[in-house]
Amino acid sequence: MKPAERMKILRQHMPEQDAEQRSHNFEEVNYGLAGTAASMEAQRCLRCKQAKCIEGCPVGVDIPGFVEALAEDDLKKAADILLDANVLPAVTGRVCPQETQCEVQCIRGGKSEPLAIGYLERFVADWARENYQQKFTPPPPSGKRIAVVGAGPAGLTCAGELAKRGHAVTIYEALHRPGGVLLYGIPEFRLPKAIVDQEVNNLRKMGVQIICNVVIGATYTISDLLTAEGFQAVFIANGAGLPVFQGIPGEQLKGVYSANEYLTRVNLMGAFRFPDCDTPVIKSTQVAVVGGGNVAMDSVRTARRLGADPATLIYRRSRQEMPARVEEVKHAEEEGIVLELLCNPIEILGTTDGWVRGVRCQRMALGEPDASGRRRPEPIPGSEFEIPCQVFIEAIGTRANPLLTQSTPELNLNKWGNIVIDENNMTSMPGVFAGGDIVRGAATVILAMGDGKNSALSIHQFLSNK
Amino acid sequence: MFPILEAKWLAPKVRWITVAAPRVATKHLPGHFVIVRVSEHGERIPLTIADSDSASGTITLVVQVLGATTQQLCALKEGQAILDVVGPLGKATEMKNFGHVVLVGGGVGTAVIHPQAKALKNCGNYVSAVIGGRSQSYVILESELRSICDAVYPCTDDGSYGYHGFVTGKLGELIADQQQPVHAVITAGPVPMMRAIANLTREHHLHTIASLNPIMVDGTGMCGGCRVTIAGQTQFACVDGPEFDAHQVDFTELADRLSAYRPQEQLSWQQLQNLNHECRLNQLK
Repeated sequence: MKPAERMKILRQHMPEQDAEQRSHNFEEVNYGLAGTAASMEAQRCLRCKQAKCIEGCPVGVDIPGFVEALAEDDLKKAADILLDANVLPAVTGRVCPQETQCEVQCIRGGKSEPLAIGYLERFVADWARENYQQKFTPPPPSGKRIAVVGAGPAGLTCAGELAKRGHAVTIYEALHRPGGVLLYGIPEFRLPKAIVDQEVNNLRKMGVQIICNVVIGATYTISDLLTAEGFQAVFIANGAGLPVFQGIPGEQLKGVYSANEYLTRVNLMGAFRFPDCDTPVIKSTQVAVVGGGNVAMDSVRTARRLGADPATLIYRRSRQEMPARVEEVKHAEEEGIVLELLCNPIEILGTTDGWVRGVRCQRMALGEPDASGRRRPEPIPGSEFEIPCQVFIEAIGTRANPLLTQSTPELNLNKWGNIVIDENNMTSMPGVFAGGDIVRGAATVILAMGDGKNSALSIHQFLSNK
Repeated sequence: MFPILEAKWLAPKVRWITVAAPRVATKHLPGHFVIVRVSEHGERIPLTIADSDSASGTITLVVQVLGATTQQLCALKEGQAILDVVGPLGKATEMKNFGHVVLVGGGVGTAVIHPQAKALKNCGNYVSAVIGGRSQSYVILESELRSICDAVYPCTDDGSYGYHGFVTGKLGELIADQQQPVHAVITAGPVPMMRAIANLTREHHLHTIASLNPIMVDGTGMCGGCRVTIAGQTQFACVDGPEFDAHQVDFTELADRLSAYRPQEQLSWQQLQNLNHECRLNQLK
């Protein structure tokens, strides 16, 4: 096919569950491309010699390579190319912000729409999940043992890459089930938990050992791992941590949640199946969420599915400044989420018996740009009004969890409590590496995975030099 | 899985469960707790570690049947196992030579003070324990505490055993005793009891620590569900506590937040009773 012909093909649309229907269930929103649509989309790739899209991928997937194999209907080859670079492709095919990573780099984006790389990644990964077990011939054992702290995206990726290089890897997970934010944070309707389990099992098949119910910083310290437990290197990827609260009056009322708690109850603990699952969550007809990121979107869409009408999202800036993915905002609006933009909660109102009854807000206007480059929201005097709600969720970010770092004074931290690393992802402790949110603050799954992969390469180098 | 090595009833609906958890046992200090999950669809609940033995790799939990999860946990027998046990979590109790320390335990709160008594004794303190229960059968761990403490004062609400009255009454007597002045108080138990203790010792300017028991999910600081107000500031009991200066704790708020899931707890409880009833009916068939 000539480039001119490829250029004529329009970007395929992702089939979705009907918005009204899905706003009452936890089934996946996106269905994934059908085979013919995927082949058609794959033909849109112009096979750039210097493929910019690869540079946009934190784990360096050979995007034109797997897309070309897909276009040629060689799904095994496509899967091999994808899996060689990415140990969690069915996850990233669903939750990566491709529009700011690979797709933004796509040359087609200038004239028309970029190649739907995310859709294709998901297609190949899902095909592989159902039809293909990649042959993994374990390399000769290196004799080196590495401990990974946290079974989230960074830790799982690092473990997979190290296993590929013949190292014996043990992941310690604080929760009772591996997956980290993929389990507790991202809802079932964006990322089915069965997929996470399957990708985790693939790692187990590669020889990665996963031990749950171990909190590094409490059950073991980093020093324990390097001495008594006999590991030669450690990768710390224990994730984001403590939820930030706004610090407004009323936060102790019943019905106030951090997004972390709300989502953990529903996603990890299955509270949407209560009482079949034992963990409850407070359901109410009116729910308000404050925040403008993906976690806020996940929270408000979860509340909607639990029966909230209206489920309102409150954000102090305008739509343009929202950090959430465009797709999430679009999906949320289709599902009937009410957006209260340029609006800021100043007090949570309670009943006499201690339950949330609403939130008092003020209207905002955008002023001059602040340090982040975004225009600073400023309150409009006299604009206070009330939004009635019985559940109020704060999704305004997290700060570094001090559990591990407090027990490891040798680690250099920045002023926010995040671990400081060098260009090789090594911390101030020799042989101890770190990545993901504990280094970056709150970031994305794919950036954490990129850190996991880069750290694995550095650890491999470090151990080879020993 | 964490195998149960010993399980016995200490009092009506209060069970002593010794479980193999070597990693936790090695690191356990007084004040620490674990998060436990009983079954695949189970919830995560915090439980104080009542005792540990690093040599045998065991920890002991003292559990009172309060709802569905604790009922399931207390139904487990020796040879069975707890699905998940994670810890030790929380900050350990501050250990030093205070002089005369009075430990006040109410109901299963007595399990919290048990390891503290041992460690405080080792620090050279004169250790008294005031342990309360509704009636004699609800007073737990008395003999264990007698083997550690300098003095043990059982108290019962109905006067069926020991001191007739609340633990606060006995504590008041000890504070008034000039022969053996009290230097510090540590308390664990129901919220109204801890509040009453705090109110009593505040008048006497007595250093008092309370072990709080808010609702938790992960127990590692991630969810913030266990937030409590201490001296006007929000703190997370799981990572900042669970022990705090009792005089600074907002007990009214703690009690209120503990009631957040009461309707759901009753639903779970009812469902479990129906299930158990069906099981028994099936056995009869």
